[in-house]
Amino acid sequence: MKTLMKPFDLSQLSKAHEVRFAEVEGAEEQLPWPQFTVADLNFFYGHHQALKDINLIVPNKRVTAFIGPSGCGKTTLLRTFNRMNEIIPGTRVEGSIRLGDKDLFSFPATTLRRVVGMVFQKPSPFPKSIFDNVAYGLRLDNTLRRNEIADKVEQSLRRAALWEEVKDILHQSANGISGGQQQRLCIARALAVDPEVLLLDEPCSALDPISTAKIEDLLFEIKNQCTIVIVTHNMLQAARVADYVGFFLTGQLVEFNRAKQIFQNPERQETQDYITGRFG
Amino acid sequence: MAHAALTTSGAPNRAGRLGKKQTWLERLRKGDEVVHLITLAGAWSILVITALLVQHLWVYSRLARHAFGWHFLFTSTWDPVNGQFGAWPFVYGTVVTSVLALIIAIPIGLGSAIFLAELAPRKISNALTFLIELLAAVPSVIYGLVGIFLMIPFLTAAMPYIQKVLGWLPIFSGTFYGVSYFTASVVLAIMVIPFIVSISREVLLAVPVSQREAMMALGATKWDVTWRAVVPYARQGIMGSIFLALARALGETMAVTMVIGNVPQVSTSLLAPGYTIAAVIANEFTEATGDLYLHALIELGLVLFAVTMIINALARLLMLTMKAHEVTG
Repeated sequence: MKTLMKPFDLSQLSKAHEVRFAEVEGAEEQLPWPQFTVADLNFFYGHHQALKDINLIVPNKRVTAFIGPSGCGKTTLLRTFNRMNEIIPGTRVEGSIRLGDKDLFSFPATTLRRVVGMVFQKPSPFPKSIFDNVAYGLRLDNTLRRNEIADKVEQSLRRAALWEEVKDILHQSANGISGGQQQRLCIARALAVDPEVLLLDEPCSALDPISTAKIEDLLFEIKNQCTIVIVTHNMLQAARVADYVGFFLTGQLVEFNRAKQIFQNPERQETQDYITGRFG
Repeated sequence: MAHAALTTSGAPNRAGRLGKKQTWLERLRKGDEVVHLITLAGAWSILVITALLVQHLWVYSRLARHAFGWHFLFTSTWDPVNGQFGAWPFVYGTVVTSVLALIIAIPIGLGSAIFLAELAPRKISNALTFLIELLAAVPSVIYGLVGIFLMIPFLTAAMPYIQKVLGWLPIFSGTFYGVSYFTASVVLAIMVIPFIVSISREVLLAVPVSQREAMMALGATKWDVTWRAVVPYARQGIMGSIFLALARALGETMAVTMVIGNVPQVSTSLLAPGYTIAAVIANEFTEATGDLYLHALIELGLVLFAVTMIINALARLLMLTMKAHEVTG
């Protein structure tokens, strides 16, 4: 895919930066480093424009939630962060995204996806054993020894709060465990390769409240180790887990701010309407 | 019915309708029972047809069975003039040509299926698949002609070079006259490849996008995704296509008899002429003089049935052990 690249315009970004983080500047919390810096991003599926002029900074080692009605582009943006959209024919991206201080599109996609992990809406375990599922990403690397892989698998399952439940059935099929466990297994699988960023696309929409609570707890646990970007339809979930929230509407970023600000005192009327359930 | 009774509250006979068991005729009036009967009849008819087939083969092979017993299977003499009948050359020829055909067809068929499902643009893939499915509908006598007029001259020309490299192997020793196990296997492979390609492509395309995306999100390359996520997920369907190809190869008659040479002998060299069960039945049935001859041919049919069953069972067993290994390993 051909990517249209603009030169990186610092003044423009810092302007976006000022606008988006106006609230944060004076606050007691120190401004985090940018993990993703998105500038003038447009995204097209064929002739349909799914994202329009997105400018935002996703802070490092924080939980950022994208909310908005279906079809508003939040998942598209999420999938742009690890370039999963590239596999869909007829898509086109314009504008720039920086990962840290590097151009996101300068990496090979496979390398990028090991740095930016992703968990999908529907739990998608491979039809293999639980152990093999977590070891999959590690084995793609081909440099680790057997016992290192075993250690890493245990460590990842512990980080995903699943170890206690599966430690005796590691070599049974991953299809035999519950949906909530499968989703945590997918998180463990993504964490196994030590990603800098974890993208979650509505990870709890197919799960019951108890499984959802477990996943939210584990997001709290891992957010000091990696940046988390989560797309959710559940406003309460966004309020519970997110430090920052972006509200999207018809492909545009309407408002991006600290979660508290968004939920207590949104600047825009559309945000107010959405979070109070007047549409969407 | 119970549900309907519950909603019509106040009906005088409500309790009675709930309590009474439905008669068979009442249930028959509802569609469910009819569909159940029709599908059940369909399922049973398959069993009945199979049972009748085996029973007939069994009854009309009795003279040969009584005359030769189990030796029939392992005797290599086929001498209708002197009334000596042994099935071994035909069993050997059938198994060897079918297995060799699969060895040739699986890599080519699976490779094409992966290309068509994963790599080729959808339009090209659909067009090619249409052509491949057309190949599956070509009558086998045409394949036999292709074997005689294309494969045999080609293989005859190529054989000195093949033998220069592989001639030290017993299976490539001896003189090549054109008609042989090897020629039959190549023709069979060409015939079964469309089955493997078209079914495998379907099952590969049916692998959920979520499996591919999950793999890709771990930093897998296109090849990793295909080989380590898509193909394992589709493995059962791919195996199914191979079974179907195997069944087709075991039973193929016309194309094989045109290129195998029809000589009832057992030979280590794949370049020697041979015979298969289906071919000998087709060739000799009309000229079978005498009851013993006829019964021996029918017993060959019974043996083919058994060989097909055994090979299919072995293949399924192989798949089960692979599956068990997959989960524990």
